[in-house]
Amino acid sequence: MNEISNKWIGTNTIRPDGADKVTGRAAYAADTSMPGMIWGRVLRSPHPHARIKSIDTSKAEALQGVKAVVTSKDIVEFPVDKPVALGIQDMRWMSRNVMAREKALFHGHPVAAVAAMSEAIAAEACKLIEVDYEVLPWAIEIEDALKPDAPILHDFVQFEGKPSNIAGTLEHKLGDIEAGFAKADVVIERSFTTRPVHQGYIETHACLVSVLSDGKTTIWSSSQGQFMVRAMTSLLTGIPQSSIRAIPAEIGGGFGGKTIVYLEPLATMLSKKSGRPVKMVMSREEVMRATGPTSGSTSTVKIGATKDGTIVAAQGVFYLQAGCFPGSPIRGAAGCAFAPYNIANVVSRGFDVVSNRSKVAAYRAPGAPIGAYAVECVLDEVAEALKIDPLDLRIKNAAREGTKAAHGPVYPRIGLLETMESARKHPHYKAPLGKFQGRGVASGYWFNAGGESSAQVNITEDGNVVVTTGHPDIGGSRAAIANIAAELLGIDYRRVSVLIGDTATVGYSNLTGGSRVLFASAIVVTDSAEQVIGQLKARAAKIWGISADAVVWENGEARPSGDHTGNFPTMTLAEIAAKATETGGPIGAGVQLNTTGAEGGFSTHICDVEVDVDLGIVRVLRYTSFQDVGRAIHPAYVEGQIQGGAVQGIGWALNEEYIYNKKGHVDNPGFLDYRMPVCSDMPMLDAVMIEIPNPKHPQGVRGVGEVPLVPVMAAVANAVHSALGKRYYSLPMSPPKVLEGLDEGTLQAAE
Amino acid sequence: MTDMRYLAPSTLDEAVGAFAAAAGAARILAGGTDILVQMRAGMVQPGLIVDIKKIPELTGIEETADGGFVIGAAVSGAVLYEHPRFGEVWPGVLEAINLIGSTQVQGRASAGGNLCNGSPAGDSVPAMIAAGATVTVQGPNGRRQMPVEAVPAGPGRTNLTPGEILVSFTLPPRAKGASDAYLRMIPRTEMDIAVVGCGVNLTLKDGVCTAARVGLGAVAPTVLLVEAAAKALIGSKLDDAAIETAAAACRAACRPIDDKRGTIVYRTKVAGVLLKRTVAIAADRAGRA
Repeated sequence: MNEISNKWIGTNTIRPDGADKVTGRAAYAADTSMPGMIWGRVLRSPHPHARIKSIDTSKAEALQGVKAVVTSKDIVEFPVDKPVALGIQDMRWMSRNVMAREKALFHGHPVAAVAAMSEAIAAEACKLIEVDYEVLPWAIEIEDALKPDAPILHDFVQFEGKPSNIAGTLEHKLGDIEAGFAKADVVIERSFTTRPVHQGYIETHACLVSVLSDGKTTIWSSSQGQFMVRAMTSLLTGIPQSSIRAIPAEIGGGFGGKTIVYLEPLATMLSKKSGRPVKMVMSREEVMRATGPTSGSTSTVKIGATKDGTIVAAQGVFYLQAGCFPGSPIRGAAGCAFAPYNIANVVSRGFDVVSNRSKVAAYRAPGAPIGAYAVECVLDEVAEALKIDPLDLRIKNAAREGTKAAHGPVYPRIGLLETMESARKHPHYKAPLGKFQGRGVASGYWFNAGGESSAQVNITEDGNVVVTTGHPDIGGSRAAIANIAAELLGIDYRRVSVLIGDTATVGYSNLTGGSRVLFASAIVVTDSAEQVIGQLKARAAKIWGISADAVVWENGEARPSGDHTGNFPTMTLAEIAAKATETGGPIGAGVQLNTTGAEGGFSTHICDVEVDVDLGIVRVLRYTSFQDVGRAIHPAYVEGQIQGGAVQGIGWALNEEYIYNKKGHVDNPGFLDYRMPVCSDMPMLDAVMIEIPNPKHPQGVRGVGEVPLVPVMAAVANAVHSALGKRYYSLPMSPPKVLEGLDEGTLQAAE
Repeated sequence: MTDMRYLAPSTLDEAVGAFAAAAGAARILAGGTDILVQMRAGMVQPGLIVDIKKIPELTGIEETADGGFVIGAAVSGAVLYEHPRFGEVWPGVLEAINLIGSTQVQGRASAGGNLCNGSPAGDSVPAMIAAGATVTVQGPNGRRQMPVEAVPAGPGRTNLTPGEILVSFTLPPRAKGASDAYLRMIPRTEMDIAVVGCGVNLTLKDGVCTAARVGLGAVAPTVLLVEAAAKALIGSKLDDAAIETAAAACRAACRPIDDKRGTIVYRTKVAGVLLKRTVAIAADRAGRA
């Protein structure tokens, strides 16, 4: 399929969801309503840490207009000593996250939920719920949670034989680290901190749930996986999966944050109890207080190299905040940190730290940007110490085909080196810089994923095509699949409609995450389309009275393979479809697979900044991302992914952070004071797409959605260092912090 | 769950009557860009909303015979921007008002609302103070005038008495060689709230500063008129020493807090930096005015 003659693959076709979105007609989760619908609202803990001694809901239930109240008693309990894994989540924690059970573990933790005739009545009823709390000491930051006398969140969590807030560890090892450092001429060891940052999706969590008296349940919600919604809701409510139909709404951003449920199980139980459809919509404040950002971190990285620039040993220790339940992305931090390099001796350790903040959720290459930030900054210092160009140092040590990575794999053909060499040769890398301007580079890796995917390709009676897949589209999968289906079938892409099926209409498909969706769904769509082509050829053969082997499919038409097989005029898809009934019935095929072969993604970035040294403001002047994209099926969408990752990383590097007040509450729960970048903060973000096709995929696809974020914070930090000759070891590099770090000596040297 | 009434009177007397009669349960609606947000957040639940946008005096822009301007309290930033003369005469005031919110918000937000919201970080307020603007207010006991700097009482509070409504701003006539400027520090480039805001209005004659006023926002419970900074500028040729003295006066005037938007140390330093930058812009404009 990787022929140069592609007509649709690699073209920027008009996105199928575009018209709906720009005209405001796209139905997001909060846009659905039903006759008889009532409103649900969550009562949240006012304390960051408190034992729940009792909950009295009687006054709320007595309020006129209140139809149902639920507490943790209504949610299926999963005992803490028995793990129940669902993907990367554990239902023990999901159960306690959607509704506090023994303890409220963060300010904003749900303790009860109410459904009433109006939102105002539901809010009023929440105030009437009496919760008897025993307020406990709390810890928000990693260093507080790790103090010897720190309040312990979970008595059953043990580390080194004692109750601890370290809930898990992970270690990757390669070679002999001590021997490696012994060979080094230069060893640099530095510590870094990063702050928790939110994914920043614009659409807040919302759902509408209808449970009928026979138990049949329909859920409309915005998520990254309708099957995840079905499975988690089933486990948390006890309703069998076969009775739950989860319908994916159009999604207004996820970036990993919508890979778990918050409201759906509560709305389901409220609907079940009240007999009414129940709608719940989070406010932005609820999103910022009670849904998962990604982890804050502290990490220490030590890298040793010989004089010629060969990295001989690398060690990383990464402590990541999990929020109040175990499960921070230490795998991404410790696993991806050194993955771009061929290093003989590596130790990479991750520590999962719980504290009294909302449970973290996935965020675009979870953990990987944290690891890359520390490693790529230290690499910059190694290059400086050795007086080697930072890109040359990376090129010299770049992983390539055959490199054994510390986290396990031996790489097949990868395009990392091409990203670095392309950056090295790019005009951006040579462009002049002015006063207080600097340039930084960094590389990054993300695992990528395959997994379960299902598709159905049906030919309509009028000879057009409907493709149904099972992954919510958060990055252009519908447009890309339309390109692939049109290419394979040899028809105009406008004749292909791509839909996201609900859990009752398409086979199981794993959630949208891990940069898996196009990789996986392209495989099942390709297999389905090939089966459909086989059927089309067989129908034509039947009409012509020749063998199916004697028919070829070309340019959307069946034709005999040569004069020797028969002399018939070609038949179009429409002509064959019109005769489907007589020739054997409907034409279509579905394929369900657990896909494999998603190889990792690599990226190298160049960032230019300018520092306003009087105000401490860092502005990004120019940014170029070089990424091995495998094969860009819809280049504009790939470019969009790359640009989006850069923006998010720039926000993480410069201004975004959760700020807690002295009471243990998030002090900036909204977009005014949680400062994501705005358009005018950004220069045009350039993307250089390098296509090294994935040999294990029919179209050469590699996941492209997550690695664009991985190198960014390091690239920005290295650029700031280049501008000022001073390095900041903590994020965000916000104006007060930058200004505080500047003294006369630094400024004179920088001039 | 209480009911809320909405009134949109066409005369000021009617508005003042209804507002006063509601005795604190009412809120004034101009552009609504603060009040509607506060209502949605559950911070306020007014029993009565008095919409003042139907009252001609509150929505007009008048250039007076002496060359001054009277701007209705409910005039939106976008409407003021489109005025053919105002931006030429008061570029600093206009740029400050136009910094309130997004393009969409500009279609609604007004300088009157910005002042009455009582935020120490309101962008238009330092520029209005620097301009020497006065406000006309009307209440149950009639009309009165007061300088803009006398309106804020503290975060979220004003010195308007119960039942009083802000009617208009009066900006004085301009001397030749006079101009103004406003700058704010925000971490982003737009859609943000001032960490420090600085308005400077000055008059130059033969290169000498003959009059100046400096307004400083977000560094104290209310927006400040920094007379010491103005004094340092007046009589000087805006040389480095004079400007440094004025910057020091701005730093000395700061009584900021440490909060999520900035530290005491940071805000204090930035006040001086902004003073210098704002003076440079205002002086450049004055040189051409």
